[in-house]
Amino acid sequence: MHIKYESFVREPLVDGNKDYHQVSEDIIGPIEGKPGRMWYVGFFFSIILLLYGIFSVGWAVYWGLGTWGVNRTVGWGWDITNFVWWIGIGHAGTLISAILLLFRQGWRTGVNRAAEAMTIFAVMCAGQFPIWHMGRVWDGFWVLPLPNSRGPLWPNFDSPLLWDVFAISTYFTVSLLFWYSGLLPDFALIRDRAKTKLRKMLYGLASFGWTGTAKNWQRMEALALVLAGLSTPLVLSVHTIVSFDFATSVIPGWHTTIFPPYFVAGAVFSGFAMVNTLLVLTRKILHLEEYITIGHLEAMNKIIVLTGSIVGVAYLTELFISWYSQSWGEMAAFQWRIMGPYWWSYWAMMTCNVVSPQLFWFKKLRRNIPFTFVMSIVVNIGMWFERFVIIVTSTYRDWVPGSWSYYSPTWPEVGFYLGTFGLFFTCYFLFAKYFPVIAVAEIKFVLKTSGDNYKRGMEYIEAKSAEEFLDEVHASHDDHDAAH
Amino acid sequence: MAIKKFAVAAYDDEAVLFPAVRKVRKNGFKIHDVYTPFAVHGLDEAMGLKSTDLHIAGFIYGLCGTSTAVGFISWIFTSDWPINYGGKPHFALPAWIPITFELTVLFAAVGMTLTFCYLNQIMPGVKKHVFHPRQSDDMFVMAIELNSQTPENEVIEFLKNTGAKETSVQIAEAGWWYGRWDKKEPYESLSAI
Repeated sequence: MHIKYESFVREPLVDGNKDYHQVSEDIIGPIEGKPGRMWYVGFFFSIILLLYGIFSVGWAVYWGLGTWGVNRTVGWGWDITNFVWWIGIGHAGTLISAILLLFRQGWRTGVNRAAEAMTIFAVMCAGQFPIWHMGRVWDGFWVLPLPNSRGPLWPNFDSPLLWDVFAISTYFTVSLLFWYSGLLPDFALIRDRAKTKLRKMLYGLASFGWTGTAKNWQRMEALALVLAGLSTPLVLSVHTIVSFDFATSVIPGWHTTIFPPYFVAGAVFSGFAMVNTLLVLTRKILHLEEYITIGHLEAMNKIIVLTGSIVGVAYLTELFISWYSQSWGEMAAFQWRIMGPYWWSYWAMMTCNVVSPQLFWFKKLRRNIPFTFVMSIVVNIGMWFERFVIIVTSTYRDWVPGSWSYYSPTWPEVGFYLGTFGLFFTCYFLFAKYFPVIAVAEIKFVLKTSGDNYKRGMEYIEAKSAEEFLDEVHASHDDHDAAH
Repeated sequence: MAIKKFAVAAYDDEAVLFPAVRKVRKNGFKIHDVYTPFAVHGLDEAMGLKSTDLHIAGFIYGLCGTSTAVGFISWIFTSDWPINYGGKPHFALPAWIPITFELTVLFAAVGMTLTFCYLNQIMPGVKKHVFHPRQSDDMFVMAIELNSQTPENEVIEFLKNTGAKETSVQIAEAGWWYGRWDKKEPYESLSAI
C-alpha cells in the first residue's frame, strides 16, 4: 500500500478536480490557443516603452552622459538606483526555486517558474544600467580580464565594482541554467502534444530531445538539488556584493557593516512584491487560480512582512549607530536624510517599506487579492525610494559645503528607466504566451499528495487514531520489504 | 545506433507501474527504459539503476573554478602586473574571496549542466523515438527489448496482465539521432529488421 498522505492542516496546493492530463490541459492550453486582447494591448505598450528606452539611451550615448542630471557631487543618480532596484527584484526567483527547494516547501512548485523568469528578466534590466553608465560603452569589455595590448593591463580584482561584474554575470548564467533545465520536460510535453508542424519543430528544438527516461529524471533531480545548493549562497552573495559597492567606500551613510544583510533582506522583500504583482495578474489572465492559489499569495505575503520588518530594524539600527558613533559626518548625513531637502524620499521609504507592510499581520488582508496587489506595488515604490535615499541623499552634501548640490533626473534618465520596464514586460509577455508559466512536471509530482481532490480522498485516514494509522503504515512497510 | 523491436506497455498510474516493473524484471525481460511525465521517486531503484555521480562531477568542476580564480588573480597581482593600490598587499587574498566564490559556482553550474546534457544525450537538434505520445503527459510507458527468446505475443500478454492500459509492438531506433521533430522518423521507411 502506497499512502500519499499529507495533513489536512496544510492547504491543498492545487484546487479543483485534477488528474495528470487535466494539469497539462490547464497549463499548456493557453500556449496552444490565440492570446487574448489583453495580451496584445499589454505587449504593444511594452514594445512602445522599450522603443522609448532605446531612444533615450541612444540619446545619452550620442550626446554623452552630460544629458543626465548627475553631477560632480552626485555621481550616481537614477541609473544606479534603478540598477540596485532591478537586481533586488531579481532575487525572489532564485530564493523561491533554490532556498525553498532546500527547505522542502511544496508551495514553491506553483510559482517557481514565473518567479525564475522574472529573475532572469530583472537581471537583464539591471545589467543595462552599469553598462550604459560607462559612457563610452564600446569600451565596455575593458571590465573583463582579457589579454590586451595595454600591458596587458588587468582590471582591479580588489575592487567591489569588479566583483559586481562577476557576481551579476554568474548569477544571470546560473539562474538561466536552473530555469532552462527545469523547462526541458515541459517543452517535451508541448512538443508531444503539438498539432502543427511549426510548433512541433520549434518545441522539439527547445526540448533538446528530452524523453523523460528514469535515468533522465534521476540526473535531473541531482542537477536541481546541486544547483539549488549552489544558488542559495550565490543569491546571498550577489546583493552582498552590490552592497559592498557602497559599504567599502568612506562616505557617511554608506560606510557601514550592516549593509550586506540589510540589502539582502530588502532584495527578498522587493522581489516577492514583484512576484505578487505579476502572479496576481498572470493567474487571472491565464485562468490559473487553481494552481496559484490564495494560499500561495499568503505564503509570499508572510515573507514580505518578515523581510519588511527586517528592513525596518535595519533603518532604525542605522540611525542609532550614526548617533552612537558621535561622528559629526555620520550624524549630519542622517539628519539631512530625514530633514534635508530630500526629506520626502526618506519618508516615502519609511511609510512604504516599514509601516504599510505591517498590515500583513492580519490574515484577512494577507488573503485579500486586491489588497495584495496594491501592497506589492507600494512595496516596490518604497524599495525604489530606499535605493534613491541611500545613493543620492548620502552624496548630495559632501565634505566641502561649496560643492553641495541637488540632483534631479533629466528625461533621458527617466526614459531609460521606463525603457527597462518595456524590456521586462516585453520578455514577460512573450514568456507568458510561449512558455509554460507553471512547472507542469513539478505540479504533477506533488498532485497526489497536495491536490485538493486527492486530499479529500484521504478523509478516511484523517478519521483514524494515530495508533491505528501507525500500525497500518508499519504493516505496509513489512509487505514492501517482503516483496523485495 | 540500432533499429530494434520493442514491446511497449503504457500505464496510467505510477502505483500500477511499480509492481509491473518488478514483475518484468523478475521474469527476465530486458527493460529498454521507462518513460514518465515527471520524476517518480524510487523508480530508478525498482529498475535496478545505480545512483548518479553527477554531483561528484559538480564538485570537481567547482574546484576547477576555485583554483582558476585564485591562480589567475594571484599570478596577475603578484607577478604579471603588480600594482600598489593604496599600500595594500599584492597578495590580498581576502579581497579575492568574492570573485573566487563566484567562479567556483559558475564553473560547477555550467560544467554540471553540460555534463547533464552529455550523459542524457540531449542537445538542440537531437531526436529520439517517442514510444507513446502521452508519455510526457499522463502515461507511464515501459519499453521492453524483444529478441528471439522473447516472442512478442507472449510478452504482450504478460504486460497486459501487469495492468497495462495500452500495449503495442514497435520497431524503432533505440538511440538518438540529429533530426527535426516535424519530419518523419528515418527508420519508418525501413521494413526489414
